[in-house]
Amino acid sequence: MCGIVGLFLKDDALKPQLGEMLSAMLITMTDRGPDSAGIAIYGDETAGQIKITVQSSTPESDFPTLEKHIRDQTHLAKDKLNITMRDTHAVIVAAETDKDHILTLITDNHPNIRVMSQGQSIEIYKEVGLPKNVVERFALTQATGSHGIGHTRMATESAVTTLGAHPFSTGSDQCLVHNGSLSNHNMMRRKLRAEGVNIQTENDSEVAAAYLSARMSEGETLGEALTSGLNNLDGFFTFVVGTKTGFGVLRDPIACKPAVMAETDAYVAFGSEYRALVNLPDIDQARVWEPEPAEVYFWSH
Amino acid sequence: MTTIDITEQGLRYLNETLQQQSTGTNQKEWDIINPRGSHAIAVGLDAPIQVTVNGSTGYYCGGMNKQASITVKGSAGPGVAENMSSGMVVVEGDASQYAGATGRGGTLVIRGNAASRCGISMKGIDIIVAGNIGHMSAFMAQKGNLVVLGDAGEALGDSLYEARLFVRGSVKSLGADCVEKDMTEEHIKQLAELLERADMDADPAQFRRYGSARQLYHFDVDNVSAY
Repeated sequence: MCGIVGLFLKDDALKPQLGEMLSAMLITMTDRGPDSAGIAIYGDETAGQIKITVQSSTPESDFPTLEKHIRDQTHLAKDKLNITMRDTHAVIVAAETDKDHILTLITDNHPNIRVMSQGQSIEIYKEVGLPKNVVERFALTQATGSHGIGHTRMATESAVTTLGAHPFSTGSDQCLVHNGSLSNHNMMRRKLRAEGVNIQTENDSEVAAAYLSARMSEGETLGEALTSGLNNLDGFFTFVVGTKTGFGVLRDPIACKPAVMAETDAYVAFGSEYRALVNLPDIDQARVWEPEPAEVYFWSH
Repeated sequence: MTTIDITEQGLRYLNETLQQQSTGTNQKEWDIINPRGSHAIAVGLDAPIQVTVNGSTGYYCGGMNKQASITVKGSAGPGVAENMSSGMVVVEGDASQYAGATGRGGTLVIRGNAASRCGISMKGIDIIVAGNIGHMSAFMAQKGNLVVLGDAGEALGDSLYEARLFVRGSVKSLGADCVEKDMTEEHIKQLAELLERADMDADPAQFRRYGSARQLYHFDVDNVSAY
């Protein structure tokens, strides 16, 4: 089991409430996944700037060291540099032109620090523990943005660790959450690694994320990549996939993992169960339906 | 009429109270408010009472029902009326996967669509769906009737035993050992009764009947070498 929630806002007036709405949805899904939780938020973007979300299990010592290290780099655009720490995570905002330099600096010199996501608008926060504790630790109710997806995890395929929690991000501004289990993930992981794709964990869901990112980097749209996924990913899945402009939903042809969607003029919402959606505004007037098996859905701004 | 607010009084109180009703109870009508997608609403009832759930429900609403008549004024989550023995469950909206699974008796009426695996392993229940049903419906269905006014998804009636399937619309594909069968006078009459019971206006003559070819569950001596 696992719980998935997703919220895509059509009405910009709701943007300040994205974190609050999504956090409430996430906490409702606690009994589907009490061991870890995570949220990807697509917040405001600034032209020419990127965000890198990093994580460490010893943030008190690692993040100040990292910050000093970055600030000591003489050729970085310091006026755009900003590092915000939130519990075990930190968000580095920097000039887009400095992205590769900072990412290399982290991977080469800071083995305790893991990159959770990078892109113009994505931020990912995930940890082990009850969803409500994860929400509190990262003050997720205060997050703002245009869309976001969240996951509550009941681990089946790999260990309960921060890196095993969802969402998984394997491409710029891309992320994926998964309810289910893949049966060909070991073979697919080997194939993708042979293609040069970086996969950090032994988790099956990360393989799905990496697979979709790899297809998109070859020029496929998200819709095409999801369709390819239907042919090449074997197992049970309900995926919700986030990109900079929106989110997509895909269920495997057997569709035993639950999924409910609701749409109004103000939002499109996804929940593993209807319970997750009941507090959304005007839910009684919303069009509520179950996404069809093996059908690709996508909403974008 | 007694009203129970699940948000205020709790799911446990609701089910305990309803389960305590006996065959001779005077409190015949129950109104449930604020279901908010909760699991296991009005399960295990065994009294001739009328329960109205005002809103949508989560997993297993009306599960293991006996005698009671339960109406969901909304949509129902997975496994609505699962393993029901008698009585009636009506869903005014849509039903999620495995509606009426393993049901042994009684009637399940779905006024919207039902998702996949509707009537899986049904053992005597009658299920009438006004809309469409999803894939793998009536999988290993043993007894009872599944009536669909709309279309059926892939692999209808796979590994079917002796349940009768009536579909008015299209069938995307039939599962293993499920075949179309003749509609005789007996079937037309039975279907008319089922439609009337579900308060649905449809002409029985427009339906096709599907049933088991009985090739799968009888041992065939020609296949002995396979074992």
